[in-house]
Amino acid sequence: MADINIRKVEKFYGKNQVVHGVDLDIRNGEFIVILGPSGCGKSTLLRMIAGLEEISAGEIAIENTVVNKLEPRERGCAMVFQNYALYPHMTVAQNIGYALKVGGMRKAERMQKVEATAKSLGLDQLLDRKPAQLSGGQRQRVAMGRAIVREPKVFLFDEPLSNLDAKLRVQMRLEIRRLHRALKATSVFVTHDQVEAMSLADRLVVMNGGRIEQVGTPEEVYHAPASVYVGGFIGSPAMNFLPCGVSEDGTFAVIDNTQFRLPIDPGMGKTIAGQSVIVGLRPEDLKIVPEANDPHLLTVAFDFSEEQGSGRLMHGRLAGRDFVLHSAGRNHPAPGTPCSLSIAPESVHLFDPTTEKRVVAEGNPAAEPAAISQPDFAGAIQ
Amino acid sequence: MQKRAYFKANWLAYLFIAPQLLIIFVFFYWPASQAMYWAFTLEQPFGGGNQWVGLDNFKAVFSDETYWASIWRSIVFAVLSTGLAMSIALVLALFADRQLRGYRFFRVGMIWPYAIAAPAAALAFRFLFNPQSGVFAYLNTLSPGLWNPALSGVDAMTAIIITQAWKQVSYSFIFFLAGLQSIPRSLIEAGSMDGARVMRRMVDLQLPLLAPTIFFLLVINMTDSFTDSFGIVDILTEGGPARATELMVYKIYVDGFQGLDYSGAAAQSLVLMGLVILMTFFQFRFIERRVHYT
Repeated sequence: MADINIRKVEKFYGKNQVVHGVDLDIRNGEFIVILGPSGCGKSTLLRMIAGLEEISAGEIAIENTVVNKLEPRERGCAMVFQNYALYPHMTVAQNIGYALKVGGMRKAERMQKVEATAKSLGLDQLLDRKPAQLSGGQRQRVAMGRAIVREPKVFLFDEPLSNLDAKLRVQMRLEIRRLHRALKATSVFVTHDQVEAMSLADRLVVMNGGRIEQVGTPEEVYHAPASVYVGGFIGSPAMNFLPCGVSEDGTFAVIDNTQFRLPIDPGMGKTIAGQSVIVGLRPEDLKIVPEANDPHLLTVAFDFSEEQGSGRLMHGRLAGRDFVLHSAGRNHPAPGTPCSLSIAPESVHLFDPTTEKRVVAEGNPAAEPAAISQPDFAGAIQ
Repeated sequence: MQKRAYFKANWLAYLFIAPQLLIIFVFFYWPASQAMYWAFTLEQPFGGGNQWVGLDNFKAVFSDETYWASIWRSIVFAVLSTGLAMSIALVLALFADRQLRGYRFFRVGMIWPYAIAAPAAALAFRFLFNPQSGVFAYLNTLSPGLWNPALSGVDAMTAIIITQAWKQVSYSFIFFLAGLQSIPRSLIEAGSMDGARVMRRMVDLQLPLLAPTIFFLLVINMTDSFTDSFGIVDILTEGGPARATELMVYKIYVDGFQGLDYSGAAAQSLVLMGLVILMTFFQFRFIERRVHYT
């Protein structure tokens, strides 16, 4: 078990930079999930921790030892690969025991450990099979067993669940979580699946374009996304973004080109009074208000919908943009009817139109001061 | 989706394959059937009638000590040249696969020797092996008379083995490299995460996964060194000195075309064919069982 400290790590492939100065401290025993779209550098970062990729600049320390120049075998990490990377010519027992064999452990002791590990994963009936004779879920378990049997300081997971079908994925997710609780080893898990990320993580690292966008618990990342990018990436369907102007007294924001007003958290008012902002509204935070007559209340006509079982996704247009609402329950507005919507002030996320970072109230010591200076934000939203 | 063309008229299909069939018939089936016929008859050196003798030609061949010597020589030649070619090719392919410096050049450069005809390669090696002025003449500066393929049978054998191996390295290299590159990178990475160093990964992971390729090359190289070594022997040593490099395939030529013993040569051809078939059968029977196909 070990801390991992990542300091200003960069990665170049030739002139192409894929990781830009990443700083991250992973605490002993923590389950960290790195989340991002494909090509954001998350796998590269994981492979640099593992020692499978050279670190172009910066340093990575495991247990306070800088490991930049160490071989993978000297770092004490075990890794579960996306395609499992089982040795096809070895049996399940040989696959699980290979690291111990290389490490020079005696056969009797090795077999004992392999059997114990296999038993804990429900593989004890399959020890003599070859990987080709196993199902996807069983292969996944063997890959896990191969990592567990070594009792490593650090577990690294490179999208290990993405080759499984949906049901098995949920099941393996739970097993990984259970396993982590039992072993308490520091774990780094890379995925592009936000549901997987939210349910597994102690802390979530959201990456984009080779940079870290936000580090925080799943709740923090969901309820207080640090940037437009994170807000749009976490949550399904994605957050609605609307350019707004904040009133002079800072009590409400007016959606551009409309007369609709959105409430603002009173604590924020002073910071952004009279400024331009981007407002993020989650589709599930909006409530339909029956028979409202307030002309300032957000009103949208939804012209088509997608049934989800637990509710319905309603799609409409607002101020020239697509707008989505998650309507829970069974009673949904008829298509084309204008609906008035309300939202709680704390669910109105405010972002700076130029930096696209979250706007934080002045005097809040936990957060960076948000500098809002330029009122012009044409084209600030992707 | 496979796209296939169907022809209603059968004659068109036969017309299309006719040129190929003709070539195979004229240059393979006809001579082969002639050889088979000659092997059981006594053919006159200058043509004009023959006489059925049954198995007498084979009895003569097998009671000839020089023939048995050429069989053993051929086996030694095949085993050593195949072993040499395949081990060099494997080492080079492992280097190229690890992308050591200059691997791009070698990947292309290594293929050239295979495109060179055996006699041309042998001619080049004749210069290299020349005991007075060749590269190997250096050995004679260490100890006079150490290297002379014109006098020493062992030296001559060494020379044709090296030449055959040199020619075969490129072919094996291409297949080994392709085989190594078809092993998923993540398997090797998993091996290094499991703590195995380069050599250990080679022995435990790459070689077992390469087994189908190794087996294929073994069969091909062995067959090739039995049947295709004529050009090398003819240019480099002409079977000498004192028959020391007279391989089975070269003895067929000597007996048939120089000794004008067509029937004896034909019998030897059949024996060589039988031996190659037998050898391939044994390789499949006993070695292939240990091969893991993924």
